This record gives sequence, structure tokens and C-alpha cells, in this order.
Amino acid sequence: MPVEDATTSPSSAERPPATGAPLAIQVEGLHKSFRIPTHRVDSLKERAVRPFSSRDYRELHALNGVSFEVSKGEFFGIVGRNGSGKSTLLKLLASIYRADRGTIRMAGRLAPFIELGVGFNHDLTARENVVLNGVMMGLTPKEMRQRLDSVIEFAELGDFAELKLKNYSSGMLVRLAFSVMMEADADVLLIDEVLAVGDASFQQKCADAFHQMKAEGKTIVLVTHEMSTVEAYCHRAMLIGDGRIQRIGDPGEVGRDYLRLNFEGGDASAKVTSGTDDLRLLGVWLEDSSGKRVTNVESGEEILLRAEVELLHESPGVQIGFTLTNEDGVGVFQFGTSTEEADGPIQAGQRVAVGVRVENLLTPGRYFVHCGVKRHPDPRAVVFHVERALDFLVFGAHASQGVVTLPHTIETSIEEPGG
Amino acid sequence: MSAEAPAATTELREVRGPSALGGGPRRFFDLLLLMSVTEFKRVYFGTVLGYLWSLIRPLMLFGVLLFVFTKIFRVGADLPYYPVLLLLGIVLFTFFQETTVNSVTSVVGQEGVVRKTQFPRLVIPLATVLTSVFNLGLNLIVVFVFILAWGVDPTWTWLLFPFALLLLFVFTAAVSMALSVLYVRFRDVAIIWAVMAQVLFYATPVLYPLGPGGFEDKTLERLLMINPLAPIFQQVRVWVIEPDAQTAVETAGGWIWLLPAATIFVAVCAFGVWIFRRDAPRIAEEL
Repeated sequence: MPVEDATTSPSSAERPPATGAPLAIQVEGLHKSFRIPTHRVDSLKERAVRPFSSRDYRELHALNGVSFEVSKGEFFGIVGRNGSGKSTLLKLLASIYRADRGTIRMAGRLAPFIELGVGFNHDLTARENVVLNGVMMGLTPKEMRQRLDSVIEFAELGDFAELKLKNYSSGMLVRLAFSVMMEADADVLLIDEVLAVGDASFQQKCADAFHQMKAEGKTIVLVTHEMSTVEAYCHRAMLIGDGRIQRIGDPGEVGRDYLRLNFEGGDASAKVTSGTDDLRLLGVWLEDSSGKRVTNVESGEEILLRAEVELLHESPGVQIGFTLTNEDGVGVFQFGTSTEEADGPIQAGQRVAVGVRVENLLTPGRYFVHCGVKRHPDPRAVVFHVERALDFLVFGAHASQGVVTLPHTIETSIEEPGG
Repeated sequence: MSAEAPAATTELREVRGPSALGGGPRRFFDLLLLMSVTEFKRVYFGTVLGYLWSLIRPLMLFGVLLFVFTKIFRVGADLPYYPVLLLLGIVLFTFFQETTVNSVTSVVGQEGVVRKTQFPRLVIPLATVLTSVFNLGLNLIVVFVFILAWGVDPTWTWLLFPFALLLLFVFTAAVSMALSVLYVRFRDVAIIWAVMAQVLFYATPVLYPLGPGGFEDKTLERLLMINPLAPIFQQVRVWVIEPDAQTAVETAGGWIWLLPAATIFVAVCAFGVWIFRRDAPRIAEEL
């Protein structure tokens, strides 16, 4: 398992805690599997009728030996696709599930919530719920009553404190829940996808609160799909897949791995077979540097655009052209190739394969390849043209304006006014 | 690192996963009390008639049964204290029945809390019991007004009544614990228990008196005393309403015959605690 030093990505606002800082969370060899019954025994009758049928289950290994450490004061991100085991891990950390094997050690008090608004009773008023939630988090009712006003104030719900929660909007609920959590005095917080809550001004407030918690040295474990959140807040991140740690370290790199995992593996197939009596376009596809067909490519990686044309009749030669456009139909790039005259005429049934090696300067987004084929050396007419012969996605951690990222170097200097 | 953080929090401590009590005794009792009180308040203030509902139900049942058993079947017609005896019995048994029936779905009903937070699981059924205890407390005030109005003289044995209540609470809590956790895996527990509670109602001396004026067949009386609730109810009758009525020991035919009831009582309590402790860590996964 590659464990890298906690290096700050450029976008991280603050330095990570120094190496050698005391640990807040230590996880060793964590295993967790679930039994998925193929025939669920839900009633006593079924249990009585077939006493052994409960043995019909398959084991689902959600976590397979996960070990990692989080230092005190660290903001740690966990990313992974659905079903990768990240939520299971979070629930194990939060003492909601019990591990099959392995140990979890934690320093300090843990906020026992992994989702906002859990434990709210919708028949009670906001005030009553704040106290109830606070007690769930380990404060005494008295302590929580003292903090009631600041919680309500932070949530900007002063006018609705006596309103029952069933009459709250979902945004109000989340604000209230977030405010309670902020007030919980926990040393370790486990958070599952919460940052995208409320309106813009409340989001800013949340961001401020997170920065303050970072400054106070609270340890935060965040599970999210939002790579930008991970890069903006986390000191370190961990990518989980198939119940194992795929990568742990710099949030930027983990983020890129995550995106790669998300978009790759799609079956890249030639989606067009079209042509005329003379020619047939067998396919247009992309390959990555290892020669594997892909439909999604990462920004910056070299890609290979391939096309194959079959000739049905003898021809002196063919010319193949490509046009690349983005989703808005803006032409980005055009290139073409033709068979050499020296090769002589192409016989009926022979195939022409074209490969174009492209340095991928495209910004993340969706692109289309349009393909045209001409008979050569007769340049007069396009024999046929296939619109959107291929479409593919370019992914990357940094979304940006524009169509391409031109290679560039930046020099910045601050100069005194000329005197 | 915050400067005021106590040294103890910097030590790594093993996290053992969910349990029945998890999270320390203080948090447990804070949560238990707060949940019961808020739930009680919600029922009390949440509806127009509020608390009255919890009184109207046993009172209506009382009215119907009193009519049926004094005018039609004439079971209690010869007993001077039959009406208050019936009322007290109904209120106590309604407590047991409603609490246990409500607790069946309590853990499953709190699914969000169980699956999304580190929450001491035992709080959930016990809060159901405690809420009912508050309710019973209010109902008993009304019942005792009736008892005094009926002309029952207070005796020193009234002081023993809380002991009988305590036994009832413990038994109710144990049954509630077992039911709430069994229901997670076996959904027909709800139906089975609804029937069982009804059976227990008729196996407990609420409608009919035991001893003089009761059954001719003394074997049947002894058989009924196997039900752990029966000796409690019989003794309450002696302690609270009729000091010269037949005690639980006399009804059973000697101390030795109370052993089956006592054994069942202890077994049910042990089973409740054992199964809850065993299943509590896995509740979140089973839901």
C-alpha cells in the first residue's frame, strides 16, 4: 500500500500538522463483511419451516484489511465510488457497525453523527431538538441549553426556534443540524457529504467554520464525491476501491486517481459502420498509451485516435480527415492523412488503418470526432462524411474555461513603482 | 491542537463498536431521561385532549368491563370492592400491554438513529418503558382518588405497593428489550405478541378475583399462578384494596408453588438482557 508523506496540495489553505503529531485515529487491518442472504428469512414461520435455509447467503467483503492513521488536527478525505466500502469504513469508525477483525483506536471525543439531521424528531420544536441532539453528542442537557441560543443564531433560525421541525424546509433542517454539530465540542468529526448545504452565504459560513475547526486542531474525516471539496480542505486523502486502500496521500493525486477510476473502463467500441458502395468506415476509436481502447481520457495524457476504412472496390488511394469539436459545436482541431501513392492502388477488400497520436491539451468536457473520407487522388468530392463518428469525455481534476490548455509558463513579479 | 484540551483526550483508545450501553453511563441516562420526557411531553401537549387520552382508554375499558362483569356475568357482583379492583388491575395491565406492544417496533422505528449515529441501543426500548411509567404515574393518581372515594381505608401496606410496581416495571422492561430486538429479525413478532398479550390479560387476575368468590377449582388458580404477573396482581389487591383477601402465597398453595412464577420471571429478565446484549452490535446491519 503506497503511503506517501502528507504534502499540501497547492490549493490547501493551511499546512498539515507536522509529521510526528499525535495520532487521532489509528486503524489496523480492518475487515468487515456482510451476509447477503439469497433467501431472506424474515419470519419465524419460515425459520421453522426450513431451519437451515438461513445458511443460504453469500459473503460480501466490504472491507478487506484497511490500515491507516490520521494525525491529530488533520483534515482527512475519503473518496471512492458507490459500494467501494467508504461508508462502511465511516460507520465502523463511528461505532455503528462492529468490525469483524482489526482494531480502531481513537483519541478524544467523537461526534457520533455521520449524517446531518439524524435523530431529529420532527414533532418537536427546533429548541427541543437541539438539546436532544446535543445530548446524543455527549453533552449534558444543561450544557446544551446554555448553547441553545448560539446554535439557533448560527443557523439563522431565530424566528423559527419554536416551530416544529415538520414545518421546516430541508435547507433549514440542514442548517440547524450543521449548527448543532459545530457546537458539539468533539475532537474528531466524521462527516459524510455535507458541504453542499444551504444557500451560498451559509455555505460560506460552513467553509469558515471548517477553517476554524482546522485552526483549532480538530480532526476531521470527510467522505465525499466532490473532488473539489477534498482538494480545497483536506490535508491528505484516501481512495478506497473494492474494500482496499487504492491510494493514500496528496489530495490532488488521489483526486485524479478517483476520476480515472470513475470514468475509465467504459467499453470503447467503434460505434459507426457506414460508408458507400466503394468504401466502408469500420470504426473510429481512442486508445490510451498502453493500447487499450478507452472512451474517456484524462486531460494531459497522450491519446491515440484510430480509424479503419475498408475498400470495397479497387482505388488509387484514400484520404481520411478528422474534425474535433466540443459540445457546443466549436471546432477545435482538424487533421487528415492519405495513403501514399507509392503504395500503389488499394485492392478491393483491403483495409486502411489510421492512427493519430494526439497530445491531449483539451480541457475537461465532452468532445466529438467527425470523420470524412475521400477517394484519392481525386480530391473533388468527399465520398462520405460521418458526423459524430466518436464522442469521448476528457476528465481532469481542474475544470477550466476555454477549449484547450495551451502549454504555458507564468512569471509573476511584484515591482516597486518606477521612480 | 487546542491548548485547553485535557491530556486524557490525546490517548488512543480502542473503539469497540456499537453496544447496548455504549457511550458511557452519564450519556446513557441523560439520553434515556431526555427521550422519555420529550416523548411524554409530545403526547401530553401534542393532541387536543393530550394526557386525557391515556386516561380515557382504560376508563372506557373499565366502564364496559364493569358493566359486563357485574350486570351480565355477575362475577364481581358479590365483591364489595370489585369496581376499584377492576380499575386498578386494568390500569396496571394496560401499562404492561401498551408498553410491550409499543416497544416491539421501537428499535425499528428509530432506524435513522440506529443506522446513522453511535447511539446506545438500550435507550430506545427503555425510553418507551419510562415514558409509559410517567403515564402510569399520572393514571395512578386518578385511580387512588377513585379508591379513596370508594371507601377503601389507607393502610401501611400501601407502602409496599411501589415494590410490586417495581417488579412490574422490571418485567415489562425485560419483555420490551427482548421484543424490540427480536422484531428486527423476525417481523411476525408483532403479531405473535399482540395475541400473547391478550392471552396474558386473561391469565392475570384482572377481570376475575382469585380466592373466595372466585373459581371453584383450586387447581386452576394454582395453574394461573405460574404466570409471573398473577402473583404481583394478587398481592397488589391485598396490599392496596383488601388486606384480608387471599395473598399470592395462599392462592398458589404455599411458597413452593410460587417458584415456577419466580423462575419464569427471572428467566424472562435474563433472556431479555442476554438477547439484547447479543444482538445490539448488529442491529444497524440487520435493519
